[in-house]
Amino acid sequence: MLKVQDLSLNLNGKPILRNINLSIHRGEIHSILGANGTGKTSLAYVLMGLYRPTSGRIIFEGEDITKLSVHERAKRGITLAWQEPARFEGLTVGEYLHLSRERGGGSLSPERCLEMVGLTPSLYLGRPVDQTLSGGERKRIELASVLAMEPKLAILDEPDSGIDAPSLDQVANVIRTLAKGGSSVLLITHHEQIAEIADRASSLCGGIILKTASPEEVVRFFRNHCRECLHVNRPEEELVRNF
Amino acid sequence: MSETFDRSREFEAIVEAYERGGGDPSVLLDRRFASFVVSGNRILSSNSVPGVVLEGQETETGVRAYVKVEPGTKVPFPVHLCFGMLPREGLQEITSEFEIGEGANVKFLAHCSFPNAANVRHIMDSRVHVGHDAEMEYSETHFHGRRGGTEVVPRTEVQVEAGGRFRNQFKLITGRVGKLNIELNSELKEGAVCDLEVKVYGRGDDEIRVRESVYLNGTGSRGLVRSRIVVTEEAQSEVLGEIVGNAPFTRGHVDCVEIVQGERAKAKALPLLQVLDPTAKLTHEAAIGSVDKRQVQTLMARGLSEEEAVEVIVRGLLK
Ligand SMILES: Nc1ncnc2c1ncn2[C@@H]1O[C@H](COP(=O)(O)OP(=O)(O)OP(=O)(O)O)[C@@H](O)[C@H]1O
Ligand SMILES: [Mg+2]
Repeated sequence: MLKVQDLSLNLNGKPILRNINLSIHRGEIHSILGANGTGKTSLAYVLMGLYRPTSGRIIFEGEDITKLSVHERAKRGITLAWQEPARFEGLTVGEYLHLSRERGGGSLSPERCLEMVGLTPSLYLGRPVDQTLSGGERKRIELASVLAMEPKLAILDEPDSGIDAPSLDQVANVIRTLAKGGSSVLLITHHEQIAEIADRASSLCGGIILKTASPEEVVRFFRNHCRECLHVNRPEEELVRNF
Repeated sequence: MSETFDRSREFEAIVEAYERGGGDPSVLLDRRFASFVVSGNRILSSNSVPGVVLEGQETETGVRAYVKVEPGTKVPFPVHLCFGMLPREGLQEITSEFEIGEGANVKFLAHCSFPNAANVRHIMDSRVHVGHDAEMEYSETHFHGRRGGTEVVPRTEVQVEAGGRFRNQFKLITGRVGKLNIELNSELKEGAVCDLEVKVYGRGDDEIRVRESVYLNGTGSRGLVRSRIVVTEEAQSEVLGEIVGNAPFTRGHVDCVEIVQGERAKAKALPLLQVLDPTAKLTHEAAIGSVDKRQVQTLMARGLSEEEAVEVIVRGLLK
């Protein structure tokens, strides 16, 4: 489904991603773990087409999409839920979900999508997606809009940040629903509990993928090497050599 | 009145324009709703309801109107005002006075239609007095043809007594105006509130000029000056939002967004804040330029093209 080959990104002359290799199968959830500033959002942006990589290729369903625009990628079924989603004056939640569904060709109604992210449709459909929504509400709506699209590849940048702990299961369920419906999911998260719903996981540090394995293994690796790390983005030589 | 003037046909025509501009024609015939219909310099109908007096006088070039809401009257339905000019050319001057009695509460819905204008001047001089603890909302929507042949000049002087509230909304989204020159000055007494909003879409070689001032003269009075302007093609806009904090504990905010689409449109924003009392606090925010990139990207990631994304954002902003 998605194949990332030797992908590198420099921003303002600074290397942000280095030789990333990654593949995600259809219906597979792949989580990315990494401390702050290790390049997770940058990777999401490169995949969505918001950043042009310095080198490397992105293959989606056998097609090289490295040079395609955001819109072209979205038309092929790729979407992104932002870590900090934009706000829109005068655009209602209902309209936002409706246009997502219409363009993505999804089958779930806006009402159903809201219910699945734990928001009462009658209270939210008519509200604008603007500053009056709380951070957590806006994040849930972003996730609902991805559900509405029924994408082939959902890139979720910390869909669980800003969500209260009791609702994390809801987020996990939404992600499972996406995958069951055939979507592949790239799941960026800081929560081990969420990372563990993935089929596979990768740990990112200094723009390098240090390890790709089962989520349990990567979580253990992350705990041992990254949790109390005093040299974020400067991974130990040995770790880099091993992977 | 001239012999050849056909009142009912004129009424029909102006009501049709009113409807195209978003008005609901049934309310103009419903006796429960206070309404006032003016075409050119003719008053075609006028309906008062208990507690609301609507008086008008035809002049050479327009109409003089007097609107009074008796103290304590809570008007249950909006008062509908319909102003228009059907001919291609001409001058329409509307002079009006609004007297909102103590503790009264009223909302006006005004529609101004100029469907055929090629060379029309529409001047509106209003004086508004909002009484003690009274509340007035005035919402004006414009409907213009495609030529941009109008010059619209609304000038408003507002006085809000202690505890009173005044809310003004001006919308010109449909069709092209030509020249728009809005001037509004308001003075607020103790604890009064004033909330001003202007939304305009400028096309062609439209020239849009907005000057709104709020003088916070009474202790604890508050003002908000909001504008949302989109200019495209060769259109130009200039928005001046002024707030003066003249009294203790006054609060004011100027919030201006002007979106410039294309290479040749131009926009200018001038927030002007003056604090004359150390406990007054005034703030402003202004965003001028092209549509926010992140908003565009978000909608593009949902499958919209860049043009479609911009349209959705602009439509929301002007809604
Ligand atoms: N335009 C830029 N120019 C230079 N450096 C940048 C730019 N954008 C991001 N960076 C840097 O790239 C690194 C990776 O940023 P990124 O946003 O991808 O991190 P992240 O892993 O998503 O972090 P977080 O967990 O905090 O969201 C950071 O060190 C950041 O400061
Ligand atoms: Mg990030």
